[in-house]
Amino acid sequence: MNIGKQIKGGLLTRNPVAVRLVGLCAAVAVTTTLLNGLGMGLCVTAVLILSNGILSALWFYLPQRLRTISAIMVTAALGGAADLLIQAFFPALAGELGLFLPLVPVTVILLGGAGTYAYENTVASSMLEGLCQGLGYTLVLTLAGFLRELLGKGSFGFGFLEGGQGIRLFPEQYAALGLNGPVGGFLALGCVAALVQYFNGRPKRTKKKEKEGAKG
Amino acid sequence: MKEYQDRKLTVAPSPHIGSPVGTRAFMLDVLIALVPALAMGIFFFGPRALALTAVSVLGCEVFEGLYRLALKKPGSGGDLSAAVTGVLLAFACPVSMPYWIILIGDFFAIVVVKQLFGGLGKNFLNPALAGRVFLSLCYLPEMTLWIRPGTKFWLGLAQTGADGVSTATPMADLHNGVLPWMGTSGVRLHDMFYGNIGGCIGEVSALALLFGGAYLVLRGVIHLRIPAAYLGTVAVLAYATAPLTAASQWVLVQLLGGGLMLGALFMATDYVTTPCTPWGEVLFGIGCGILTVFLRVFGGVEGVSYAILLMNVCAPLLEKFTRPRRYGAPKGRRKKEEKGGGEK
Repeated sequence: MNIGKQIKGGLLTRNPVAVRLVGLCAAVAVTTTLLNGLGMGLCVTAVLILSNGILSALWFYLPQRLRTISAIMVTAALGGAADLLIQAFFPALAGELGLFLPLVPVTVILLGGAGTYAYENTVASSMLEGLCQGLGYTLVLTLAGFLRELLGKGSFGFGFLEGGQGIRLFPEQYAALGLNGPVGGFLALGCVAALVQYFNGRPKRTKKKEKEGAKG
Repeated sequence: MKEYQDRKLTVAPSPHIGSPVGTRAFMLDVLIALVPALAMGIFFFGPRALALTAVSVLGCEVFEGLYRLALKKPGSGGDLSAAVTGVLLAFACPVSMPYWIILIGDFFAIVVVKQLFGGLGKNFLNPALAGRVFLSLCYLPEMTLWIRPGTKFWLGLAQTGADGVSTATPMADLHNGVLPWMGTSGVRLHDMFYGNIGGCIGEVSALALLFGGAYLVLRGVIHLRIPAAYLGTVAVLAYATAPLTAASQWVLVQLLGGGLMLGALFMATDYVTTPCTPWGEVLFGIGCGILTVFLRVFGGVEGVSYAILLMNVCAPLLEKFTRPRRYGAPKGRRKKEEKGGGEK
């Protein structure tokens, strides 16, 4: 498998949130700030890499009918571990993510297609695929979180910069409070998805233009 | 290039005769029809109403121009549709609104709702209404601060809500289930008809809006179907949900209060976001009416904008259900044809 193509696929052409539109529920809910989006994204990435690797190593020993359920079990175990680790080492982030931390395994199963890629490829390739898909997820969530935090709270880096208050870019009275709710999540994700689609569609568009230019 | 101009005979598909009446002419008619409402708004709320409307129109046209420029598309500011959006958005905002907030609303209406989906004719929501709903989600305190009408209470051009005398609107009493002249706003029925009440700039005067609507109908810009179905449904349902004592007065308050007249005559009749089949229009109006009364009576919010937006989303579905029978086609076969069309 072509490594460059895999990376481009995860970030752009097969981006889990912006193109394949999976795991939207958690994405809409947790992207209220830059840090939340980034934290959720990295957590999902770590679990996705490990679960893809383990499932890929196990595929020979698993009969076909047990594959989906074993994917769920492996992911749930790893997700539970991630949940506990975050609660132990980053209690503030755990408080912010709240209910959506237990949703990490669900997101991972959706992103990894319940291990379909892992069962058909080598361990290294599966882990790389997990990394790429996870980074694509993180990229979209971070951008959406940045956008919502900027416009909805008027700050940058809430939770880790300037003693947790974030750098205030404009007074809170000018912030569009509606973006902190689910509406803002859908709007921000829609904008980021449009951006990703723009990068996906760009080469085609220039070719088309050249053709039209040749005709004219 | 332009080869056809040199030829003596041109072969082209129909239509062969164009009409000078285009988007620009229709939008100009809508703007003319909105003038009485603006005049009443200025009369009751002072020059700041005019300034806010002007800022909104300018903002819409500038955002539209900038977006088209940035994407290297041909400019579309000349068709005046952005100006209509600007006027309608300003009409759906209170007079005390800071100018920067309405510019944000303009940006959302023009760039996010209209241009990102491809510009005029391709937006699936009414831009002005979507802008209003976005503003009321994000800047609720500013969106619900109603200044008292009357020369004494006029705001200066640079003043905002904190400098004015606020009042309750008839809608607040309506939500509490009392008639306005018995409730906190103390507004009489004829005040509601002329527009001597607190509210958004363009929605207060039912009289002026009816004048504008009549002009549009006479000029053939809009059909009566949507407004008639909308207002009729609201009247019937208001009668059904009224307190036992004063049902007919309750109906009039429901019809004259809030943004219903502005919505029914100018926003629910937008060409782009409403069905184009006759029965689709009727169903659209009925749906708007049901949702409006439902939201007002059970939701405790002024539901006109939400009702119209929800029905905007349903418009393609209504068009599909009410597709007229092709001339000469046998009656029973329509469903089969539709199925066949769907499979392709």
